[in-house]
Amino acid sequence: MEMIKVKIDGMEVEVPVGSTALEAARLANIDIPTLCYLKDINEIGACRMCLVEVEGARALQASCVFPVTDGMNIKTNTPKVRTARKLSLELILSNHDRKCLTCVRNQDCELQDLSRRLGVDDIRFEGERYDKPVDSFSPSIERDPNKCILCRRCVAVCRDVQGIGVIGATERGFDTMVEPAFNMSINDVPCINCGQCIIACPVGALREKDETEKVWDALNNPDLNVVVQTAPAVRVALGEEFGMEMGTRVTGKMVAALRRMGFDRVFDTDFAADLTIMEEGTELLGRLEGGGKLPMITSCSPGWIKYCEHYYPEFLDNLSTCKSPHEMMGAVVKSYYAEKNDWDPAKTFVVSIMPCTAKKFEAKRPELSVSGHPDVDVVLTTRELARMIKEAGMDLTKLPDEDFDPALGDSTGAGVIFGATGGVMEAALRTVHEIVTGEPMENVEVHEVRGIKGVKEAEIKLGDLKVKAAIAHGTANAKALLEQVKSGEKEYHFIEIMGCPGGCVTGGGQPIVKAKTYMEMDPMVVRAKAIYEEDRNLPIRKSHENPSIKKLYEEYLGEPNSKKAHELLHTHYIKRDVY
Amino acid sequence: MELYRSHVLVCGGTGCHSSGSADLIEHFDRELRKFGIENEIKVVQTGCFGLCEVGPIVIVYPEGAFYSRVEDEDVTEIVSEHLVKGRIVNHLLYHDSVDEDHEIKSLDEVPFYQKQERVALRNCGVINPENIDEYIAFDGYMALGKVLTEMTPEEVIDLLKESELRGRGGAGFPAGLKWEFTYRAQGDKKFVACNADEGDPGAFMDRSILEGDPHAVIEAMTIAGYTVGADQGYIYVRAEYPIAVQRLTMAISQAREYGLLGKNILGTDFSFDLELRLGAGAFVCGEETALIASIEGERGEPRPRPPFPAVKGLFGQPTLLNNVETYANIPQIIINGPKWLQSIGTEKSKGTKVFALGGKINNTGLVEVPMGTTLREIIYEIGGGIPNGKTFKAAQTGGPSGGCIPVEHIDTPIDYDSLAAIGSMMGSGGLIVMDEDNCMVDIARFFLEFTVEESCGKCPPCRIGTRRMLDLLNKIAEGKGEEEDLDKLEELGEGIKIASLCGLGQSAPNPVLSTIKYFREEYEEHIRDKKCRAGVCQALLQYIILEDKCRSCGLCAKVCPVNAITGQKKQPYVIDQDPCIKCGACMEKCPFDAIIKR
Repeated sequence: MEMIKVKIDGMEVEVPVGSTALEAARLANIDIPTLCYLKDINEIGACRMCLVEVEGARALQASCVFPVTDGMNIKTNTPKVRTARKLSLELILSNHDRKCLTCVRNQDCELQDLSRRLGVDDIRFEGERYDKPVDSFSPSIERDPNKCILCRRCVAVCRDVQGIGVIGATERGFDTMVEPAFNMSINDVPCINCGQCIIACPVGALREKDETEKVWDALNNPDLNVVVQTAPAVRVALGEEFGMEMGTRVTGKMVAALRRMGFDRVFDTDFAADLTIMEEGTELLGRLEGGGKLPMITSCSPGWIKYCEHYYPEFLDNLSTCKSPHEMMGAVVKSYYAEKNDWDPAKTFVVSIMPCTAKKFEAKRPELSVSGHPDVDVVLTTRELARMIKEAGMDLTKLPDEDFDPALGDSTGAGVIFGATGGVMEAALRTVHEIVTGEPMENVEVHEVRGIKGVKEAEIKLGDLKVKAAIAHGTANAKALLEQVKSGEKEYHFIEIMGCPGGCVTGGGQPIVKAKTYMEMDPMVVRAKAIYEEDRNLPIRKSHENPSIKKLYEEYLGEPNSKKAHELLHTHYIKRDVY
Repeated sequence: MELYRSHVLVCGGTGCHSSGSADLIEHFDRELRKFGIENEIKVVQTGCFGLCEVGPIVIVYPEGAFYSRVEDEDVTEIVSEHLVKGRIVNHLLYHDSVDEDHEIKSLDEVPFYQKQERVALRNCGVINPENIDEYIAFDGYMALGKVLTEMTPEEVIDLLKESELRGRGGAGFPAGLKWEFTYRAQGDKKFVACNADEGDPGAFMDRSILEGDPHAVIEAMTIAGYTVGADQGYIYVRAEYPIAVQRLTMAISQAREYGLLGKNILGTDFSFDLELRLGAGAFVCGEETALIASIEGERGEPRPRPPFPAVKGLFGQPTLLNNVETYANIPQIIINGPKWLQSIGTEKSKGTKVFALGGKINNTGLVEVPMGTTLREIIYEIGGGIPNGKTFKAAQTGGPSGGCIPVEHIDTPIDYDSLAAIGSMMGSGGLIVMDEDNCMVDIARFFLEFTVEESCGKCPPCRIGTRRMLDLLNKIAEGKGEEEDLDKLEELGEGIKIASLCGLGQSAPNPVLSTIKYFREEYEEHIRDKKCRAGVCQALLQYIILEDKCRSCGLCAKVCPVNAITGQKKQPYVIDQDPCIKCGACMEKCPFDAIIKR
């Protein structure tokens, strides 16, 4: 890499060509404050927090977008710089609904951090503030315009990373607002509920729809059997909410916490992931052999499903008919498990702990139910679970490791890797390979489907069969892939699509990562690494080898894709309008 | 070519157009036909003459009779008297256009034009802008011919650099350098763009050029395309300029027809074409990066520079962006040479500048003067001074981005640098004159209200800061100001200037800061004495009936819309200040001047 020398606050630093002043300063261990900046996603120089003085330049420059050149002299801490930064911050605060104590982002807020850091001790320029209704119509996302600071991070994520763009700047001047078009609710526009906007938001303007009270109520209701299940990605991120390093696995502690909160059963969605592999793998083979619609596309991600329903309805028949794993779990709990334990399904309450806000919407789909009862009653995000654990007075870090409850808590490494992009594909291959060839895979780790490249391709030999596979994560990548399929440029048999970039580990319900951390590490990579570690440490790594899965088929479902299985574990999709 | 014994030039600029000049043309045609002389006399619709105050204007040649404020019935008289009988209609002549002996002066000797030097406005009011042949007859497209056949791009750039032409859009960046940067920038494709998003309140020079001489801009952009290596150009023009849009559209298609736009221009291997893009009237779209975003179909918001448009502009490609007036200078610089432009103006600002005169001035309109002309010359000699014998108080240059210039600087020779030195700026050339009846707090409020409205909302200092400043000004104007408000205004203003993302925010506080600087005592009077000396700030006004002058006629009470005045016979009437809405109806009505405001 070609290097250049710049001077920052008198220090000479060598930085790669093309570095911004912000990046160069970080290399000199100078932490320039930022607010609207989100690495590679939102680089617009709008918030004026990162202003610096550049020798020879007429005006102060936003360091996040200012490219340094050889020999440049930059000052990051002059009276002019401090005045400009602090005034901008004070002005933002003067139009911010400063109810910090009752804000979901209290102590986890980039604006609050900045206010403390820049020593704002008084708001001298008070005046009119936004006073707009909170948009709480969406089952997944809540938007409080009075807290919005117009950094546009959500806008950039929605438009560029997800390729959707249902929120943008409206009006002008002081009335400028980030919102859906035509004053519509986020619930009435083709939003896929992925929640990527929430994890991009530096403040509390966007948040998940909180449903913790519903769960406390259920836990306190003696008539209910309250079952909880946790998705694979939750266990590699929950610890961050308790100050643990990113990528720490807290599976056992999480189970202990849930049990102590009073759940009657603590199950693992990984079990249902194994079940999904049985159903989806069989479905794929059926389509390959029986001339069904190809490519078959996975259906685990409710963000992706809603995206497909709105934007690519022509692919609805390509979607696997499998319900997503936690819905399968709910259906099995309220049928098989309830029957076995003599529970009334009407009095069985299923809570899903998910890294995902889209699953809140998914759980409310009327088609996802068993004999009149919704498969899943409440979906909580990882963040909501963390709040409940804290409210219950537990320090996760100090809890012992406990195991999931038997039967529906038993899972395999194949189930756990569902949490990372490429995981469903890899898990499916581990099983399908064996069904087709009759022989176990030599190495169960399929590295070509792992990693964070936007679109990945693999060609896998299953005996005489060559399966062409592709994987996309983040709907903008999905769009690019689908367009290639549509035009005939590419042909595949099997496609895995996850709505969120990185897959579930970086889902919209996961712990929020600050913009500054993104400059140091990529959560997609760090959390996925923990997922693959979890897989490697499990004794069974193939779904069809899960003994409880075998038992479920023997005792209840018969065989994969049986009539019973279809009734309980499969679904259908609806074409939805764009506007 | 057909020959005519007389030419009737009717101004088709926006000012005259809105006072009915289009109807005048029809009327002339009708009247001429009535006398059967339609083949002897040619009626031409021209661009703006500049002297909008006395429009609609009609000039009849060869005599050069300058008829002002021409109305429909005047046409009948001009035709029957002047054109049929050869007798000039004296009572319709513009008073300044004749000498003491009622002899018609040549246009150059009319005071309004005497000190002017028309470069950018050269053809405005002279040719029919809708006819490319007239432009060509006045040396039009000669510069393009010269450039395409005799000059290399480097030679054009050298010539421009030598001429020292600076951009007329406001900041005054050397045009030759900008052309050179774009020429040197690497790109798969390059673009040339014209900023015709004139947005300063009161400024209309770009509009007049586009309406009066559209081919000058087209010719210059084509030259620019050849020089920087672009084959496509865009003119970003306000949709609120319908005549400009129509004449540009017409001019572009005429130029295409003549092979002056399109493939292989003038038989060379250079190809270039132009497209119009209509802006929806956002002031910020005059900022170059916001303009580019708008052409690209994005929300019109500025983005940080660097990269500058010359390196990364339209659709990510190197783009040369100049404004209308800058382009209008180019063909003549090519023809007359760089030394010619250098001979006009001041040391660091060469050539001329067009100003739009407005406010408290007799000759409102457009003037073009050499750089270095003083404000006094513009206001008193060209502008004819201030109406009703009032006293000059200040002049605002540069529109809402500029500042107020007080009387002590009235003899400053105006150029880019001298204006900046006294806290104002050239801007696009708006010049608004204020007299003793203008309140400086109110003036600052007027301009700030504009920028608050027009802020794009992207960066907090401009979005929120200007709004907070306006809140403070409103407070002061309402008589609720506190001592510390002035410090707050200054702190906010200085902070917004250094912290804002684009030129709009960086200059928005100027009207406030400059009025505080030069008229601090007026602010202090508002705050301390709750008094507005100009009598403009309503909340600080009181209408009072002078007891000794009141004759108890009761007319004031009758006219008062809110029944705030009471009284009885033989007793002076009284205004109750609480319900009074300060409409001033009583004062107007009082036959004895017994009501005053203070």
